[in-house]
Amino acid sequence: MANTRPDEKLKPWQDPQAVPYVRIERVTKRFGDFVAVNQVSLDIYQGEAFCLLGASGCGKTTLLRMLAGFEDPSEGRLFIDGQDMTGIPPYERPVNMMFQSYALFPHMSVEDNVAFGLKQDGVPKAERQERVSEMLKLVALDGYGKRRPQQLSGGQRQRVALARSLVKRPKLLLLDEPLGALDKKLRENTQFELINLQEKLGVTFVIVTHDQEEAMTLASRIGVMNHGRILQTGTPSDIYEYPTSKYVADFIGSVNMFEGRLVEDEPDYVRIESPELGGTVYVDHGVSSAPDAKVWVAVRPEKVRLDRERPDQPDNAFGGTVKEIAYLGDVSRYLVALDSGKLVRVTQPNTDRRDDRVTWEERVWVSWSPGANVVVTQ
Amino acid sequence: MNQRRSFFVLTAMAFGFAFLYIPILSMVVYSFNNSKLVTVWDAANSPTIKWYVALLGDTQVLDAAKLSLKIAAMNATGAVILGTLAGLALARFGRFKGRTLLTGLTTAPMVMPEVITGLAMLLLFVAMQTVVGWPEGRGVTTITIAHITFSMAYVTVVIQSRLLTLDESLEEAAMDLGARPAKVFFVITLPIIFPAILSGWLLAFTLSWDDLVITSFVSGPGSTTLPQLIFSKVRLGVNPSINALATVMVLLVAVCIVFAGIWMQRQEKKRQRDMQLALAANQEGE
Repeated sequence: MANTRPDEKLKPWQDPQAVPYVRIERVTKRFGDFVAVNQVSLDIYQGEAFCLLGASGCGKTTLLRMLAGFEDPSEGRLFIDGQDMTGIPPYERPVNMMFQSYALFPHMSVEDNVAFGLKQDGVPKAERQERVSEMLKLVALDGYGKRRPQQLSGGQRQRVALARSLVKRPKLLLLDEPLGALDKKLRENTQFELINLQEKLGVTFVIVTHDQEEAMTLASRIGVMNHGRILQTGTPSDIYEYPTSKYVADFIGSVNMFEGRLVEDEPDYVRIESPELGGTVYVDHGVSSAPDAKVWVAVRPEKVRLDRERPDQPDNAFGGTVKEIAYLGDVSRYLVALDSGKLVRVTQPNTDRRDDRVTWEERVWVSWSPGANVVVTQ
Repeated sequence: MNQRRSFFVLTAMAFGFAFLYIPILSMVVYSFNNSKLVTVWDAANSPTIKWYVALLGDTQVLDAAKLSLKIAAMNATGAVILGTLAGLALARFGRFKGRTLLTGLTTAPMVMPEVITGLAMLLLFVAMQTVVGWPEGRGVTTITIAHITFSMAYVTVVIQSRLLTLDESLEEAAMDLGARPAKVFFVITLPIIFPAILSGWLLAFTLSWDDLVITSFVSGPGSTTLPQLIFSKVRLGVNPSINALATVMVLLVAVCIVFAGIWMQRQEKKRQRDMQLALAANQEGE
């Protein structure tokens, strides 16, 4: 799940010398009174697969459409490859887009669809044919060139759309929910194909999606959006392990959230009292927050342990009763009601086949290590 | 129960068809009547095709029919061009100033009484002739212009509703791939909405073909359309040759409908074949 690309060198976004390929500078977009995109600033680097992730209506598609040139920012500026994009129409931008509906031209064959962009550029016929067939081969659709889009399956249409948007060799490809119309199984295969293709061609991707699993698989970095703002930008593992807000913690994966108050605030550890939990939580790193302020502790279900006896640790262990069990094969999910009444979600891998797992209404202890806590203040 | 329902359905259908088609059928039958009196069936010498033969030799009728066809075709073409532009403006240019006004103005001729449209057109043409000297008198030009004015409204509605169901991202995709807006219109939008344009053309054609009221206001000497000719003949007393003429017109319309039906059936078959191919592609395992 985590991003495991083995490059040792500095990531471009960590390198202060790196020049961003796409620069979004305090961009705001208003539709009447509605603010779709609110003061967004963002740098995207060459070769990245950047995912804009958020629920529908968060402004991610509007941001993408501004990059493509279909909408003009109300305020702020967009730069692509150092060039200010203000006032430049879509047909003059060095950008191509893959649409959510694929937008394949129904009155043209697959070949003509893919060749359309080259034709607009006045590429001679012989070269055009060569590049089209090369592209169709790349997406494993050679032999389908004479068909009409209506004669293809959903997955094939998706690949035609991809071929059409890549045939002009854009440096930047915008993808609007690229896998949204595919069923689950096909989607998983296509995710990897898409990422292989991106690495092979060295194209910079900006992907819009509402599917967090898709974002985790495809992205080098993710920008989580809500209400027109970018809440957090980071690698998939950054976002998952170190969310900086309640919204991000809750949106990516599932999480247990406990409200509390700082009672001990030291540079290298803090202790949080949470009436919801009926005890205190010990966190092994400092937290920057006003003393006595309200904070939330986020703990991922797979980081919570489940035992019959009280574990041998002074903090972060609470007694409760098992209320629900969902056996999913590879893992089991438990819902434990603590003595305080708070429900805690626990995910346990089913590492061996045994019959003595905890069962309904059994008395258990939930516990986690001090490092499993993430403290957020908003 | 089932028996009774099917009996009811059959009766309703029989009455419905009878209501719609018996008048036309009786007209067709009487067109083969030998008698000079329209309402008296001459059983001894009927059927006969003498009225059809007479029709072929009647230059007045043939000229009027030719003129009507010409006006209808010119009107349909003009109305389709203007109606497509108006439909495009209404469906694509978002919320511009005066959009509601334009919507109202383009659709108003549909509900305006024809007598008023006709009178207004006549007054305009007369005024224009005195001020700018064009159009000179009343005739084919004025009839065509007047027909375009009212049939354009229908075309606009047809085109607008087609454009509203057209996925706008098709046009955006073409623009994204480097096509300028004008090119997008001619290469993408126009071919896709072509069936709607065709049906708009046919609609405008038939509206013009059978219009009598507006035509009679703006026509002049020497520009008698077929509906005008029929109407004037009927006023002089119905002659069985009118029945023959009307039967020919019905036949023409029927042939058009049959061809349209065959064409639609073939489109449907093609669509189903496409779907089967897509399904087969699905099963090939991506």
